[in-house]
Amino acid sequence: MSEKELGKKLDRCLADSAVKLGAGLGLGIVFSVVFFKRHTWPVAFGLGMGLGMAYTNCQNDLRAPYLIQRNIKMAS
Amino acid sequence: MLRVCLKGANSAARKCLCGNGVPLHPLQQCRSYTSGGSGSSAGKIVAASVLTMGGGVGGTILYANWDPKFRANVEKSIPYSDQVFGLALGPAAPPPVINKPRKVEPVQISSMSEVWKDSKQPKAKEVQRKAEQPDAEGPPAPAPQETLEGEACVFVAMILSAEQNVLSVFCIPLAAAKCTECEHEPAVKERPEGEVAARLAEQDKAEQDLLTSLSSNLEDALGSTAKVTLQAIGAQEAALQAIAQHTRQLREAMEAEAPPDKKSTQWRVLEDALSERSRSVDEAGAAVLKAKAELDKLRGVIDGAKHLKIAAARPSILAAEENLHSMVVDLDSVVTRVQTAQSEAKIVSQYSELVNEAKAQFQKELNSITPEIQANWKGLTGKLTQDDLNSLIAHAHRRIDQLNRELAEQRVREQIHIDSALEQQKLEDKKALEVAISTALEHNREQMRLEQEKKVEETREVMEAEMRTQLRRQAAAHTDHLRDVLKVQEQELRSEAEEILNSSLMEKETEYRRLTQDQLDSFTLDMNAAYARLKGMEEAIDSHVIAEEEARKAHQLWLSVEALNYTLKTAALNDPTEPLEGAVQAIKESCAEDEFAQALATALPSESLSRGVYSEASLRARFYTIRQLARRVALIDETRNSLYQYFLSYLQAMLLFEKAQEAPPAKLSAEDLDTFKLLSYAAYSLEHGDLELAAKLVNQLKGESRRVAQDWLKEARLTLETKQVVSLLSAYANAVGLGTTMAP
Repeated sequence: MSEKELGKKLDRCLADSAVKLGAGLGLGIVFSVVFFKRHTWPVAFGLGMGLGMAYTNCQNDLRAPYLIQRNIKMAS
Repeated sequence: MLRVCLKGANSAARKCLCGNGVPLHPLQQCRSYTSGGSGSSAGKIVAASVLTMGGGVGGTILYANWDPKFRANVEKSIPYSDQVFGLALGPAAPPPVINKPRKVEPVQISSMSEVWKDSKQPKAKEVQRKAEQPDAEGPPAPAPQETLEGEACVFVAMILSAEQNVLSVFCIPLAAAKCTECEHEPAVKERPEGEVAARLAEQDKAEQDLLTSLSSNLEDALGSTAKVTLQAIGAQEAALQAIAQHTRQLREAMEAEAPPDKKSTQWRVLEDALSERSRSVDEAGAAVLKAKAELDKLRGVIDGAKHLKIAAARPSILAAEENLHSMVVDLDSVVTRVQTAQSEAKIVSQYSELVNEAKAQFQKELNSITPEIQANWKGLTGKLTQDDLNSLIAHAHRRIDQLNRELAEQRVREQIHIDSALEQQKLEDKKALEVAISTALEHNREQMRLEQEKKVEETREVMEAEMRTQLRRQAAAHTDHLRDVLKVQEQELRSEAEEILNSSLMEKETEYRRLTQDQLDSFTLDMNAAYARLKGMEEAIDSHVIAEEEARKAHQLWLSVEALNYTLKTAALNDPTEPLEGAVQAIKESCAEDEFAQALATALPSESLSRGVYSEASLRARFYTIRQLARRVALIDETRNSLYQYFLSYLQAMLLFEKAQEAPPAKLSAEDLDTFKLLSYAAYSLEHGDLELAAKLVNQLKGESRRVAQDWLKEARLTLETKQVVSLLSAYANAVGLGTTMAP
């Protein structure tokens, strides 16, 4: 079902963003706690990094069909 | 009329539109409608045809009036034309009679005996009547005439009867012919035989009446002439007698030397005789004249009778003529006799005159000599004296001398006188001869004519007798001939009848044979026909079997196709159908030899076979999610596919409102290729059941929308394919089924 793909992708995106955000948050917190004296900027930085990564992943995931691969044909 | 036609046309058209059941009769009525512009030409045509007809009929009648054969032909050929002709021209003249002797004969046979019978009766009547006639005529006619007349009458009767026979025999054929004519010609008045006989009898009676009148006339004339002639002859005889007597007396007086008183008496007697003679001569002359007149009258009557030309009267005429001739002859002879007697008497009288003269002379001389002597001879004797006597003697001598001299002279002149007398006599003789010759010639001629006529009559009688015998012979021969002919005819008729019988028998036989043959033939034909029909039926049955087989196969096919259809229908809302494999297999089995079906069956896409296809409803339902999604990713394509674009396209989808369904145009223009428009078109077409169009429209999506709709499109394509094939198959099955149900 090609129409479900987007949903799936978006699900993945969301899941991935959640994970990345969580992980970024976690790492941010960790780093903020550990290394950076409970400043919030590592949390934000971690969140941001997480979000960015999630966004990029999402975008890549969504773009994937349009990328011209060298040996791989455009798969459905 | 036009309106009716229009109405009819309208109703027909309506009915045609409604259903194809009504035949186009109202339209056909309109077709034969002719416009009103041709009325005058129709009138002209009618007038021309009436003229032609009238001219033809008039010409026919005129020509029939001129040519009766044509009329007869037309009357024969056209049924009531004879009435028309009768009205126009009057009845047709009867055609000329053709005497048919063959047909006359049989009629003659029947009537011949009648003829003889009939003829016998009048014959008897005739004889009776003729026998009566002599009795009636007896008294007035003199005796010889009576017998003559009687004979003539009997003769006449016989001839009449014979002739009547002949006549009747001759007339009956005519009557018979007339009868046959009558049979042929109803126009001529029919004369039955009795009438013919009556007419013949009438004719005969008329003839007989005429004959009797004629004969009575003749007899009367004859009688009168005979009487007169006899009278004349008698008178002539009397005259003759008188003359003879007179001459005799004269001669006696001349020669006899009687005494004077006797002489005077003699002379007186002589005078008386002379007067008698003269009277009788006169009488005789008158009687002769009268007789001649009567003879002429008789001749006239005879000529009249001759002119009547009745054959039966001929012998009486002949007899009358003979009588006449004999009377004439007698009269003439008597007259000649009288004339001779008269001449003799004249001679004698001359002689007497001479003698008287001489005597007178002598007396004179004597007186001159002797004047005293008287002339009277009576006083002569005794009174004469001598002188007187001498002188008388001298005178006598002188006289004698003179006489001698005269005699000598006479003798001398004798010859001359004789010659002259001879010549005179010759002349007179010649004349008399001529007269006698002429009269004799006439008499002879008359005689000969009479003889000839008598001979003719005799020969005629003989001929008639002969003819009668011949006729009798002929009649006998005729009867024999008739007998023979009858025999022959009988033979012929018998043979003919036999022939006819044989021919009819043969005909009947051939007919019977033909009929039996026909029956046989018809039976054979029937058998053949039945056999043929049986064969036909068998063939038909076989073909039916085949057809049934075909039909069964088609039915099977159809059933399998229906099964396929049914499997197509088994799609649940979101699930595909059953896999069509089984049905297709069934189809493949059912139409093992049908290439088309096989091809079609193999043309089904494999997914449909293995997995089944989605129903249209599910596709339709699915489309809406697709639409939603496609709307959301409308902006995404190869170039724009970042997340931000996704967000923008989502925003666009939220903010852009298009018609839910829009009817797609016939041609898609460039601006129609917008996603949203396309989707609305597709939605419209889907809503209106046109999956194909929807698929086509969805196929025009680009970018992500396309990718999103890809599966749907595929499914739609599959469904469409399958549906197409299945519809083809079902159509084919229907066609085959229809083809098989339509008997070959």
